[in-house]
Amino acid sequence: MSNAWRRKIISAIAEGFCAIAVLLALIPLAMILFYVVKQGFTSLNWAFFTQMPKPVGEAGGGMANAIVGTLILIAIAALLAVPIGCICGIHLAEYPTSKFSSIVRFAADVLNGVPSIVVGMFAYIIAVLPVKRFSAFAGGLALAVLMLPTVVRTTEELLRLVPAGLREGALALGATRTSAVFTVIVPAALPGILTGVLVALARVAGETAPLLFTAFGNRFWSISLRQPIASLTQQVYLYANSAYDDWHRQAWAGAFLLVMIILTLSIIARLSVRRLERMNRP
Amino acid sequence: MRRSADDRVFRITTGMFAAIVLLLVIGIGFELWRQSMLSIDKFGFRFWTGRVWDPVSGEFGALPFIWGTLYSSFLALLLSTPIALGIAIYISELSPGMLRQPLAYLTELLAAIPSIVYGLWGVFVLTPIVRKLELLLPESLRRTPFFSGPPLGVGMGMAAIILSIMVIPFTSSVAREILKNVPIAQREAAYALGATRWEAIKVAIGFGKTGIIGAIMLGLGRALGETMAVTMVIGNNPQISPSLYAPQYTMAAVIANEFTEAADDLYLHALIEIGLLLFIITIFVNFISRFFIWTTKQRMVRPA
Repeated sequence: MSNAWRRKIISAIAEGFCAIAVLLALIPLAMILFYVVKQGFTSLNWAFFTQMPKPVGEAGGGMANAIVGTLILIAIAALLAVPIGCICGIHLAEYPTSKFSSIVRFAADVLNGVPSIVVGMFAYIIAVLPVKRFSAFAGGLALAVLMLPTVVRTTEELLRLVPAGLREGALALGATRTSAVFTVIVPAALPGILTGVLVALARVAGETAPLLFTAFGNRFWSISLRQPIASLTQQVYLYANSAYDDWHRQAWAGAFLLVMIILTLSIIARLSVRRLERMNRP
Repeated sequence: MRRSADDRVFRITTGMFAAIVLLLVIGIGFELWRQSMLSIDKFGFRFWTGRVWDPVSGEFGALPFIWGTLYSSFLALLLSTPIALGIAIYISELSPGMLRQPLAYLTELLAAIPSIVYGLWGVFVLTPIVRKLELLLPESLRRTPFFSGPPLGVGMGMAAIILSIMVIPFTSSVAREILKNVPIAQREAAYALGATRWEAIKVAIGFGKTGIIGAIMLGLGRALGETMAVTMVIGNNPQISPSLYAPQYTMAAVIANEFTEAADDLYLHALIEIGLLLFIITIFVNFISRFFIWTTKQRMVRPA
């Protein structure tokens, strides 16, 4: 009898620990979001979006060049990674059991686990070292490599959600594989793939380490692909390490902007994936 | 006839794009190796055991950075593993159905926050708190080697805390998926034998053990390569010490800090060699992790 009680008490304690574990993870999340909103939102102003950084020690100014820089960097990344990633995902979904597919799938998982700073080094060797100049292109290349595995795997997963009846219908009407894939199957999964791409973009927009020695950062206005370019994340890093209160304020504002972009995109993606799943339920 | 020709063209063309992913992984390894030849040839194995990192005199030993990376990741896993598994168990086994989705979403949000934001929060919010805690530690513990040195806030302990928070969502989401896939018969059998809820959960964990180890190793892979947040809070001082109070250095952090300053080729190659080692370690860890997760899932699809 006492043994049964002991077992019940142990069970209750262990269950209690699990609930506490959830709280322990939610506390830092709440703290981070609280401080980012509290410090960041109050620091946002019109100048932050429209003005250039001021010289060292001078108050005021903004991150206009860094905001544009981040947009350019993720545009380059998307242009490189989306076509390759989507076609690769199509291949994996069309030939799911071939040996080649499982090797590629594995390679995508491995690539996903490579630290972003190492990918930055690779982009440096490929795109900076030969021309001896840091460039927006090199930064975009690093981000493209980082987002590629996510694009591949989401494309594959979403294509597999497309009901088999659609494909069979297309083939029965005499479509070739190419036209069945590109006119029927891909369009059916397109909203999902697009949101997957958005999530991948949001994730790489928050990357700093791979940009340190590829895009390098720039205090001046530049939109050239062959010149060093500023980015939000690197500007936040620079300002966080500085000794000026006004720069700390701007670092929080930059962090707020980043977190808002990422949260918005991930919520949109979540809602649309849920809608897609509901649509496909038999 | 036309159809089979189309099929072949389609397969080969899309296959070429798929091969790019494969070539990238090989290419990264090859390029890192090629661009660290100077350092590999000059120092050989001494590079991994040397403790002196002196770019001015051209002497490079990476041991302090390797120590810092391994020690901080180990400590981070020590903190994150019980919490991440607790979360996985709570969400998949204990929580009311209504809370399940929102809790899963919230804990995974931790993975969406950029590293630089963790770093910013770490520097300005968490460091003062950690410093207060360090001051509160009883004198008797302060005399042990694990807590020696002045309480600065920044240092190994601080880095481990930040890392553990960042790793939790990766481990918990995979562990949750594994638990969800454990056949219901396993738990029913346990209940039928009179097990308490926790005992039934232990049976489920036992069934998915390999996969859960895989989930923990996936977190390890993340911790080893994490750069920005760690660079901002670990103190960046190349020393080998067991003390959580001591400012130390990691492989990723030294690359982030010194790469653009590398004036000569040997210096550059030494830094790239550190990157190469980081690449090899993370691939190895991820390989084992994926393999464990995969075999567990295979077993669950067709249970014995």
